[in-house]
Amino acid sequence: MSLPDAEKLLADLAAQMRPQVTPDTALVGLHTGGVWLAQRLHALLGLTQPAGSLDVSFYRDDYAKRGLSRDTRSSALPFDVEGRHLILVDDVLHTGRTIRAALNELFDYGRPAKVELAVLIDRGGRQLPVAPTYCATRLDLAEGTRVKLAQDGERLALRLLQEQE
Amino acid sequence: MKIHIKGGRLIDPAQDIDAPTDVFIAAGKVVALGAAPDGFHANRVIDASGLVVAPGLIDLCARLREPGLEYRATLESEVAAAVAGGVTSLACPPDTDPVLDEPGLVEMLKHRARMLNLAHVYPHGALTAGLKGERLTEMGELHDAGCIAFSQANVPVADTQVLFRAMQYAATFGYTVWLQPTDMHLAAGGVAHEGEVAARLGLTGIPVLAETLAIGQMLQLARATGCKLHLARISSRAGLMLIDQARLDGMQVSCDVAIHALHLCDVDIGYFDPQCRTVPPLRAQFDREALRAALADGRIDALCSDHTPVDDDAKQVPFAEAEPGTTGLELLLPLTLAWAREMRLPLKVALARITADAARVLGLNAGHLRVGGAADVCIFDPEAPVRISRESLRSQGKNTPYLGRELPGRVSATLVSGQVVYEAPARH
Amino acid sequence: MARNPQLNKHGELQHLLTTEGLPRDVITRILDTAEPFAGVAEREVKKVPLLRGKSVFNLFFENSTRTRTTFEIAAKRLSADVINLNIATSSTNKGETLLDTVDNLAAMQADMFVVRHASSGAPYLIAQHLEATGRDHIHVVNAGDGRHAHPTQGLLDMYTIRHYKRDFTQLSVAIVGDILHSRVARSQIHALTTLGVPDLRAIAPKTLLPHDIERLGCRVYNDMREGLRGVDVVMMLRLQNERMQGSLLPSAQEYFKFFGLTEDKLAVAKPDAIVLHPGPMNRGVEIDSAVADGRQAVILPQVTFGIAVRMAVMAMLAGGNA
Repeated sequence: MSLPDAEKLLADLAAQMRPQVTPDTALVGLHTGGVWLAQRLHALLGLTQPAGSLDVSFYRDDYAKRGLSRDTRSSALPFDVEGRHLILVDDVLHTGRTIRAALNELFDYGRPAKVELAVLIDRGGRQLPVAPTYCATRLDLAEGTRVKLAQDGERLALRLLQEQE
Repeated sequence: MKIHIKGGRLIDPAQDIDAPTDVFIAAGKVVALGAAPDGFHANRVIDASGLVVAPGLIDLCARLREPGLEYRATLESEVAAAVAGGVTSLACPPDTDPVLDEPGLVEMLKHRARMLNLAHVYPHGALTAGLKGERLTEMGELHDAGCIAFSQANVPVADTQVLFRAMQYAATFGYTVWLQPTDMHLAAGGVAHEGEVAARLGLTGIPVLAETLAIGQMLQLARATGCKLHLARISSRAGLMLIDQARLDGMQVSCDVAIHALHLCDVDIGYFDPQCRTVPPLRAQFDREALRAALADGRIDALCSDHTPVDDDAKQVPFAEAEPGTTGLELLLPLTLAWAREMRLPLKVALARITADAARVLGLNAGHLRVGGAADVCIFDPEAPVRISRESLRSQGKNTPYLGRELPGRVSATLVSGQVVYEAPARH
Repeated sequence: MARNPQLNKHGELQHLLTTEGLPRDVITRILDTAEPFAGVAEREVKKVPLLRGKSVFNLFFENSTRTRTTFEIAAKRLSADVINLNIATSSTNKGETLLDTVDNLAAMQADMFVVRHASSGAPYLIAQHLEATGRDHIHVVNAGDGRHAHPTQGLLDMYTIRHYKRDFTQLSVAIVGDILHSRVARSQIHALTTLGVPDLRAIAPKTLLPHDIERLGCRVYNDMREGLRGVDVVMMLRLQNERMQGSLLPSAQEYFKFFGLTEDKLAVAKPDAIVLHPGPMNRGVEIDSAVADGRQAVILPQVTFGIAVRMAVMAMLAGGNA
């Protein structure tokens, strides 16, 4: 199947978000695709607050079965979470479990006023009651395939991958 | 009972025999070799075809744990283990509880052994009372009660004045003194050979110096007192070299090595295996090689099992806290055969170390099948493997690093004074 | 000989018993995993839910409030339940055997044992026993066994060195003190050689060096100034009072004069050399206060890093695959 142009999706997403952001709004990208997106959005939206990043490895629900993931990174939130408007940013929304983990981690930093979710692609298949606030497109993907955001020089691009168990 | 052992390969190192030869036994003695005496009608014929017929094995050191240490082993279990391993005579050290330093205790032990009527038991009497290294024992009385030599087991004597006098006193009667050379201060707190393995594992080491210093001391004391000395359980190449030098200088001294020291070294401790905790410790590879070669060419006189049954609880603790010792009576033959095979030694030479040579060290008329001698016989299959397992071991001590291993040398039958005291279960 | 008891049937890390024989990529992974855990300590809620519902038993047969406390903090920050057992050992009060104690605690649904024991090899005995009795879901972390190993200390020291110096393959490292009796030193030596440190030095009087120390990968120096010349990292070891009684050393004063780390001795090392110490320090015996409180000492960061490294180790072991 042919994948949409990531740069165009990014522009669409930014357009949706622009009316809702304020000087206090902070973006929090989820590793790794969400972090790149958050950086681009931060520039496109001209935000005041620096972008934060979250690695949800310590909050995943599959630790007991699969152990700690092989590359855990540090989370960094260079702003006060307390009472803030936050927008979580990720590339693909699927089951919703990653967002659940991200919310749990976020609340261990403090109590935000409002948390919204911005994703490039919603591929359906939800297993938890999670919905994106801003979404660039919906995609119907076959079982066992994944779509990932990649860096192609300066640009972002989407890649299709087969699932490895 | 008249017995004809038929069709076996007779190997008797004392008579330099290694040939198919039948053996004829009557009234507890060997009455003929090769051809039956006139008018001999056997009550029993033992078919030894495909098997080796050898003198009953002699073990220079086996702990029977009686008196006093019955939770580790009893006379019954250990002497049964001995004959199952083809051992018909064994010497036991005096480190029982109480120590064998009273004639009465020795008499009782000998009596119990006679009643069991299995292997011959030859106790070593304590050199000092309680093995404490302070007062001499009544060596004359102990000898009359049945002690064939005097020993400190593996308990060093701290006071050299006491050791000097004890050896001098023993020399009065011409008794042999058995000492395990260990300098108690250099060995203090040590649990393993001082070397790379102990350094890695963080175990307190016993340096080779603890053995060589003691050997030097004991050799000089023996020379000064005229005492007959036997150095027990040599563990190092450096120790052997000192003994070689003393012999070159004209000194008479005998020595032995424990069978496990021929096969294992400090590396075998692995991940702190308490089955490899022994006294003296298992030393380095080159020490093991030197011991193997020295036993082959006779510089080490004889071999023993150093049989030391230990209860399971005492081994299921961290290495340094574990009770040292391995079980060995039933492993003496298989491990000797394994050593012979690896050294490419003729069976006759290997067997000499646990028959004729051992008898010579103990000063016994045993370890041979000369006509007129006691019919102590070990019939075995040198090729058949023996699987070492907790179930197969008759000794109460199951403590051996060889559990699960297969070794060559299955005893088929053992005779003591012309009586069959052990027979292997019939093969399926 | 038994299989390496640190690894399970699939060759994965099942227990942490020693740094010896740990592959380089496993050590690196532990250090990499510790970094995000270090970040957790800086948050409002210093906890992550990884070990929630798991029971970690601190089995300390040898007293140590410091080490036990850091393990307790690390386990609690992973949301585990922590139970502390200080089992007094005296020759007149043996009571229950080590393995009986372990069996009893395993029956109380323990998930992890953090063990400190005075006898080298005790954690191995426990790990082998757990495996032999079909309880391989229980993990063992060695918090120090006799003179053999203190792997988490070795690892946190590696983390500390990496934090300040980045590349192990360019470093000159000196370990100073009672190496003969030190489980910390052994764990450091194995980790440093595995990570590729090209110049590893052992500085001590002869009475405090193990036989065959060179075979472990160290160059020996009996002269401290010679040994410290041009080094990037100085790792000091604690000197215990008993060594003076044990006829290994004449006095603390003489030791300090020749082997204590003072500013002038440190001056022969590189100007940006760092000084580590596992603690607690004997000021004026192995280390001078001026150095301990000086700009080159990284002793307090070691403590912080220690919690992160222990969190990483426990999280890696307790997961489905480590």
